[in-house]
Amino acid sequence: MSQTRRVAPEVVGAQPVAGPHRSRLSRARSFVDLKVSPYLLVSPYFILFAIFGAFPLGFTLWVSLHDWQLAGDKEYVGLEHYEFLLGNERFRTTVVNTLGMFVVATVPQLLLALMLANALNKRLRGRLFLRLGVLIPMVTSVVAVAIVFSQLYGTEYGMINWLLEKVGVDPIDWRASSTASWVAISSMVDWRWTGYNAIIYLAAMQAIPRGLYEAAIIDGASSRQQFWHITVPQLKPVILFTVFISTIGGLTLFAEPLMFGSGRFDGGTTGQYQTVAMYIVQAFRERNNYGLAAAAAWLLFVIIIVVALANYLVVNRIREAK
Amino acid sequence: MSTVASETDVTASETTGPGPGRPQRRSGRRSRKSRAGVHLWDATALTRIALIATIALMAFPLYWMVVVASRDASAATTFPPPLTPGSNLGANVDTALNDDASNLVKGLVNSFIVSGTVAFSVVVISTLAGFAFAKLRFRGSTVLLAIILLTMTVPLQQIGIVPLYLMMVELGWVNTLQAVILPFLVNGFGIFLMRQYTIQAVPDDLVEAARIDGASTIRIYWNVVLPAVRPGIAVLGLLTFMQNWNEFLWPLIALSPDNPTVQVAIQQLTTGNYSADYSMIFTGTLLSIVPLVVIFVAFGKQIVGGIMEGGVKA
Repeated sequence: MSQTRRVAPEVVGAQPVAGPHRSRLSRARSFVDLKVSPYLLVSPYFILFAIFGAFPLGFTLWVSLHDWQLAGDKEYVGLEHYEFLLGNERFRTTVVNTLGMFVVATVPQLLLALMLANALNKRLRGRLFLRLGVLIPMVTSVVAVAIVFSQLYGTEYGMINWLLEKVGVDPIDWRASSTASWVAISSMVDWRWTGYNAIIYLAAMQAIPRGLYEAAIIDGASSRQQFWHITVPQLKPVILFTVFISTIGGLTLFAEPLMFGSGRFDGGTTGQYQTVAMYIVQAFRERNNYGLAAAAAWLLFVIIIVVALANYLVVNRIREAK
Repeated sequence: MSTVASETDVTASETTGPGPGRPQRRSGRRSRKSRAGVHLWDATALTRIALIATIALMAFPLYWMVVVASRDASAATTFPPPLTPGSNLGANVDTALNDDASNLVKGLVNSFIVSGTVAFSVVVISTLAGFAFAKLRFRGSTVLLAIILLTMTVPLQQIGIVPLYLMMVELGWVNTLQAVILPFLVNGFGIFLMRQYTIQAVPDDLVEAARIDGASTIRIYWNVVLPAVRPGIAVLGLLTFMQNWNEFLWPLIALSPDNPTVQVAIQQLTTGNYSADYSMIFTGTLLSIVPLVVIFVAFGKQIVGGIMEGGVKA
């Protein structure tokens, strides 16, 4: 969209028209200005990224190949940490937990967001109020959400078990099994982000040409068919965007499971809700094993790239299949 | 804010849809069509109820926060759970603010400093780069923009914690605020948002005219671009502030409980105290969201506009 609005190159990048009053010096200066300034303007980001982004990433790899203590010797151990992690059942559990919670949280979240956006896209009174309403969770801070939900999911006095009891379901020990804890933690993530994603979808829905729907109506398409065959395919780029954002957020999940387990890094007695991010911090903080933490971080990075690519392929396939 | 808000409002209004078909739909044609297509555009009562129920569900945890925070310690362990606020809020605020383990007051102040500084810096960095990418032609601009997009996919503060921490140790910055400010200045999203905004808000003629008058690039930025993108700046500043108010993992690593940010402080409220006094803990969480509530109430419309803008550009 932006491309079409982009300026014709001759206009903007043009040399200033040099009037007779202009000296050669000022012309030379403005030539340098035109050539150099753009790079100066974008340089702060790249400098900061080099220091706080690229360097730490590369250095993580370096640290991961060592037995690294804050003080003392740094002994090169090659791929030992990686071998340990890949063969370690606890680490594999955290990977499964992270991926599991990512799926359990993201799939319903994005589907709900789509439905919510579809509802918000209709003729409604109090439009701004409703939009603000679905964004209410934005005002909570992440640890606050986690604390409140953890209380609601309390086994003995939690309101959710109380409600379940009302409808005749036995109380659930939300922290005991991985399934229950995944659901509980995913609900925190969904509560916080569904409305946000809905607003993003809503913006994209409004950009879909109405002519497409009018043609479909003439062809006798039901509103459900219109939703799946026009709205969803048209939203593909935005869906990709939200899947991407959710992937990064979901695979680095930390605050919610941490507070769910009363602030402990181990994520339950057998790590039933420990995420990779928690494992990294635990290795770093509690075991002071910087090499191991770095190796786990690098593996998490690889997982994020793989999942992001997989998402991309899946979303593309869905579009083609249609 | 006028531009973002009014633009989204226009697109939002029910008469959206460019072209000639528009006025007709309001009158005669609509009734003819209504049998087939009306429920696509008209909200049914069911839609309305579902929306309101969803919003109520979204608001409930916050309401519950207020209920528990305004009662005494037994509120969270009573069956059936109480559903109305009590009268104990003042006393609970007092306890939470004076809790030794959490340093909540210091956390609030620190978070204001950190989030404010990050928001300001990100705005400066993003408006400069956004202007360059939107209105200036230079070799490699497409590639550089693509690189920024790629870097946005890397969760730096999670992946890079070990070297970042080692770096802070080396610089002697562990437990200082600059340690939790600097890494968050790397914000590609801001550049994209401001690029998009600048493309729309700054007419090319204006840039061209300023050039002909002999204005330097930085003068054009200051006198032409900055005034025009002010609404975009507000949105980016607010979103960045809110996002940084919520940062948790890296502050937890880089700071200690005696000099926390607000998230670390309320985490300390729960883990630093042996007895779980829920009304005090919930009061802490309530205090931690007050600035966000204020921002949301004052600038909600702009934030909605900003999110919609940011999503579409992607």
